[in-house]
Amino acid sequence: MIALVDYGAGNLTSVRKALNAIGAPVWTPAVAGELGRAHGIIVPGVGHFDSTKALTDEWRTAIKTMVEDGVPLLGICVGLQWLFEGSEEAPDIKGLSLLKGTCFNFTQHVNGRLKVPHVGWNSLEITRPSRLMAGVTSGSQVYFTHSYAAPVIDDTAAVCEYGVRFSAAVEHDRVAAVQFHPEKSGDTGLRILRNWANLSRRSSGGA
Amino acid sequence: MLSKRIIACLDVRDGKVVKGVNFEGLRDAGDPAALARRYNVEGIDEVVILDVTATIESRQARAHTIAAVAAEIFLPLTVGGGIRTEDDAAAAIDAGADKVSLNTAALSDPDLITTLAKRYGSQAVIVAIDAKHVEAGLQSRLRYAVFARSGQTGTRRDAVEWAREATDRGAGEILLTSIDRDGTKGGFDCEMTAAVSDAVNIPVIASGGAGTFDHFADVFTAGHADAALAASIFHFNEQSVAALKQFLASTGIPVRL
Repeated sequence: MIALVDYGAGNLTSVRKALNAIGAPVWTPAVAGELGRAHGIIVPGVGHFDSTKALTDEWRTAIKTMVEDGVPLLGICVGLQWLFEGSEEAPDIKGLSLLKGTCFNFTQHVNGRLKVPHVGWNSLEITRPSRLMAGVTSGSQVYFTHSYAAPVIDDTAAVCEYGVRFSAAVEHDRVAAVQFHPEKSGDTGLRILRNWANLSRRSSGGA
Repeated sequence: MLSKRIIACLDVRDGKVVKGVNFEGLRDAGDPAALARRYNVEGIDEVVILDVTATIESRQARAHTIAAVAAEIFLPLTVGGGIRTEDDAAAAIDAGADKVSLNTAALSDPDLITTLAKRYGSQAVIVAIDAKHVEAGLQSRLRYAVFARSGQTGTRRDAVEWAREATDRGAGEILLTSIDRDGTKGGFDCEMTAAVSDAVNIPVIASGGAGTFDHFADVFTAGHADAALAASIFHFNEQSVAALKQFLASTGIPVRL
């Protein structure tokens, strides 16, 4: 079972629907203690980085422990940003620091030439092989909606450009994350979710 | 590069797509889910359900339509028409909508924009503006007069000012429909679209007047639109989404192919 962490950051219906479509059973744990039975953990999210403060120390510890035990983790959108050290959007709130860097606002980079937020379909540049993005080629387009972005780091697997280059997909051991919404990115998005779900199936011994 | 989006609008009444749909290969041509499936295959970027059955009793029927369409596509799905309250919006989102579109309700209760933006994020809140040109000199303050209730009621608001206010209140996108052009197939209102798009820092979706491929190219260049929405041009199978996108790409406009 995949744990879809609900911390009140918007609507989980479309993520749940996409996981159902690829045959990945999912549930929303009510308390951090339930995470122990997860074969994979998804931290979704739309909206403000501030909402991640609902992920208390109890949740942070439970998620980190599971990742150390080899359970795959996937961050989506604000969920990706939360896996970094923090965000300019809410400087007082710490990220999980599984990935290095701080998320930044587009505004300072686009100079009024481009609208912020970045909304719509944009193309990916695959920068290194990864399990998450297997079978996805450079030039494939996915759906974004965000005002803040994560820097390009060694763990970046795909880059997108919107006035500035930023991490569209990241993979570091069991930690994976995407800035775009795979659940709203057509066949490309479903492929990426399937790639990740296959990792979680492996972690559960093929269940 | 960020693509210009092509959005199909399904005008739904009592669970059926209205505006006479008639194309081959669909057993039930008025079935919103069947249409959505077809558009998905053709490469549509987003789908909007505009439910014109705006009665309380219809809320359950609307949820059924949303769920049926959402089951067919893994693309952004917007629901508009009859979203009057926070509960209406919540029902649409729970049924599978990613965004709700507010029109008359935003005009009569602008706080609703903020309430929904706080609850679901700005990306989930579209403010739809129906507007038309005002003759110069008649009402000097107004250039593009905003109308409520499907274009029936004047509001004394100007589209540019209202778009700015809606943005400040938390709207994530503006859906701008030209009342002058709607249904004419004479082309989008590029002048009004550019005026609104240049005034706000959020995406503007142009609507009303699509008739040819060139109209789409015009609204993305002269009209500064971020996305274009059409209904009957696609429903009647006059133009396929795929062919439209190929055309736009050939003119150098970035699209998702």
